[in-house]
Amino acid sequence: MSSVTGERISVGRIGDSISRPDGTPKVQGSYAFSSDLSAENCLWGATLRSPHPSARIVSIDISGAYRIAGVEAVITAADVPGSPTYGLISSDQPVFAADVVRYVGEPIAAVAADHPETCRRALAAIVVVYEVLEPLVDPERAIDGSHPDIHPDGNVIRRQRIVCGDPDIVGDVVVEDDYEIGMQDQAFLGLEAAMALPDDDGGGVSLYVATQWLHEDQKQIAACLGVPLSKVRLTLGGVGGAFGAREDISLQVHTCLLALRTGRPVRIHYSREESFLGHVHRHPVRIWMRHHATSDGRLVKVEARMVFDGGAYASTSSAVLINGVTHAQGPYRCDNAVVDGYAVRTNNLPCGAMRGFGVVQACFAHEGQMDKLAAACGIDPVEIRLLNAMVTGDKLITGQIIENVAPVARCIRETAALPLPDEPVGGHDHDPMRLPGGAGRTADSSHIVRGIGFAVAIKNLMYSETFDDYSTARCRLSDGVVTLKFATSEVGQGFITIAGQIARSVLGFDTVVIDSIDTDVGSAGSTSASRQTWMSGGAVNAACIKVRDLLFAAVAVSHDVDPLSLAVDGGDIIAAAGVFRISALEAASGLSFDETVEYHHKPTEDLDENGQGNCHTAFAFVAHRAVVDVDPELGLVKVIQIATAQDVGRALNPLSVLGQIEGGIAQGLGLAVMEEIIMTNGHVRNPSFTDYLLPTFLDMPTVIASLIEEPDPFAPLGAKGVGEPPTISSTPAIVAAIRDAIGKPLNRVPVRPTDIIGLRAFPSI
Amino acid sequence: MSESVALNEQYELHVNGEARPVRDSWLGESLLYVLRERLGLLGSKGACEQGECGSCSVLVDGELVCSCLVLAASAVDQSIVTIEGIAPIGAPSDVQQAFVDAGAVQCGFCTPGLIMATHALLERTADPTEFEIREELSGNVCRCTGYGRIIEAVQRVAVSRRDSGLA
Repeated sequence: MSSVTGERISVGRIGDSISRPDGTPKVQGSYAFSSDLSAENCLWGATLRSPHPSARIVSIDISGAYRIAGVEAVITAADVPGSPTYGLISSDQPVFAADVVRYVGEPIAAVAADHPETCRRALAAIVVVYEVLEPLVDPERAIDGSHPDIHPDGNVIRRQRIVCGDPDIVGDVVVEDDYEIGMQDQAFLGLEAAMALPDDDGGGVSLYVATQWLHEDQKQIAACLGVPLSKVRLTLGGVGGAFGAREDISLQVHTCLLALRTGRPVRIHYSREESFLGHVHRHPVRIWMRHHATSDGRLVKVEARMVFDGGAYASTSSAVLINGVTHAQGPYRCDNAVVDGYAVRTNNLPCGAMRGFGVVQACFAHEGQMDKLAAACGIDPVEIRLLNAMVTGDKLITGQIIENVAPVARCIRETAALPLPDEPVGGHDHDPMRLPGGAGRTADSSHIVRGIGFAVAIKNLMYSETFDDYSTARCRLSDGVVTLKFATSEVGQGFITIAGQIARSVLGFDTVVIDSIDTDVGSAGSTSASRQTWMSGGAVNAACIKVRDLLFAAVAVSHDVDPLSLAVDGGDIIAAAGVFRISALEAASGLSFDETVEYHHKPTEDLDENGQGNCHTAFAFVAHRAVVDVDPELGLVKVIQIATAQDVGRALNPLSVLGQIEGGIAQGLGLAVMEEIIMTNGHVRNPSFTDYLLPTFLDMPTVIASLIEEPDPFAPLGAKGVGEPPTISSTPAIVAAIRDAIGKPLNRVPVRPTDIIGLRAFPSI
Repeated sequence: MSESVALNEQYELHVNGEARPVRDSWLGESLLYVLRERLGLLGSKGACEQGECGSCSVLVDGELVCSCLVLAASAVDQSIVTIEGIAPIGAPSDVQQAFVDAGAVQCGFCTPGLIMATHALLERTADPTEFEIREELSGNVCRCTGYGRIIEAVQRVAVSRRDSGLA
């Protein structure tokens, strides 16, 4: 037995802002992203895509491609041995289009060749004859039945109504408006990339891929290849960001098919243009909302109609829709509601998951409504939000009771109390570089007006509607070294950092090794829905506790102490009475344990036809305040500052949480004033970083953030997911600030100069 | 109509102080492609192929350029420095270490380009203001961090170089 050393090794425990374990290789350029992987004799793959949003395929002639030296394989729908389709919720999307194409960019064929330029020429040599059809691009025509079905599953992917309380009640004050959200791209920096290695016997394949959910990919790939799951092994290739765009299949099946066809390793790397076409996007949505309130500003009823344009294939549209309609009330008490929502199919780009997942769209509308209501009631926008702020125990319009910690009022108060920027209107010293428009030097400081806007959000965490999105973790302890194994996609958010922190805190050892992230362990579910800290964090925690309890049992026997009295204290194991202390390393000497645990959250329910049911797992909250300078004549905006207070439960790594907050706000800012995939009649007009504008260093303002730490009793570590909330109410806060500056309604994002000047009327529908 | 790709160019590049022969290449290959695929220098990243994001930033004769926009064969007789030439593996530069410590790295895909751009910035301007940092690094896009921790990292390096008399 060792004596008390007095040293507490606390670095790297829960609550510490330690740096990432992959940080050094990433800054040195030696970290292997999926696009950095290669193998001996590896071929390049590439994909032929439809130039039409809607067309019948009359014929495909691949013979020209085979005449090019260096081309090893050309495959089409006829070469898919298993299921011809895939999909996250319904299997409605073809691996390759066979008879019709339904969006610009739909895959038709793939080639494998010795060089990317050979691939490009091979694609150009494939002759496809199309009979071009009139595309369905107006979501309302998908609903009203005036356009023929563009898919055997029909043009309406899902409709969901919510009727709650008294649907006919009328408030003293009624405000209504139309809102529109444009199509946003996740625009991760690390383009889609994968490498497939065929088994020697040709019966299976190993795939290295940047993805959000290895096991879901494995399931869909195996079905399309027509092989058992065990014949498809996935390993996570380094992931250069995800934000929802890697939840669906993109190049996975094509890469595997080419590898199996050629018997050689094959890698596919998308170009930026191809990436814009090749993954799902944030749904463009049209929303009508009518809010009823008492004359003193208390919410009486919310009415809404939401139409989500899902594009050509279903992806996760039905789940995105449910998030939208069930979050229509925002983080406010409301007893009565009538909400009607549609997710429809069109010949626009397919839409699915993006950070915020349907709630971004709902929040933009309900926060616009709260400001209108404040104006109509003559109440300050912050005060009306405080007046209606929901608390733990309140009932949502779905009938679900909020059981989680719900510090909505605290988020609002702490955000409002954060200091305003000291930068004067028009910038310091009237430097034109600091004005809206920046280096363009077009704005005049005397014309600049400032505005302040406020917005608040509620976001569900984890999956909904009976889906059991469990996570698995394996903890091995051998000679004082902890090895964690899980299939949790590390996409940059830092799960591998907190996994180590959890293990060190639970077990008391400093050395934690993160094993390969692959399908050799059970599913972790998707890195999405702000769920991995809770779910995979919960699984790692539970696996480590199991190992710790076995270690305690061994210590109890060897040292004749009560195992129930033992606890980890820094790097030591102690008895609670304090008379016994041994270093964890010494205690574990010669011992090894190996435990695998699945963590499940509490079950959820489906919604009934009136939208009633406990469909969500948990909730988090956030508030944002934006300060903007606007040149109303040029229509230019500069966001000066964002202040935020976020309900994080417990910050396992405050530096990582801040990174999520700042990064999420940048994407919210992008949607507010910059980012939109512009489509005309089904054609994408700006699939490049030249024309799809992302926030740069000059567009992002200073962020001041307050972390509200009220550990959630339902969360395994008290910690809520933090990734999505920053993206949700930052957008409406910025737009509210622009409205405040110019005194005009702005109901569409991204806000463009023409909207500010008043050259574009809205609604345009 | 379509012709096979002629893989027959031979030339030599000078990368990170070494002469690096390039054999049997296609003349149309970008410097980024040759660095990555022919010389095995995978630290430079491709993310937009049109010079908008800065992920592929390298120094050519001391000038920060997007290697995706440079034809490799046009860079013979020029001195090329990539992320691999900044510091030996396992011994990060002050800029690299500050990025790790300040939380400036998330997915890390933009990071090598930002490291190159930051070293170039601090060579030109030893003690940049926050606004100068924003302006000078605005050619490098990061989608994860929102830039706040990167600015913090750059400022930490400037302060520590000043304090240690390096600047």
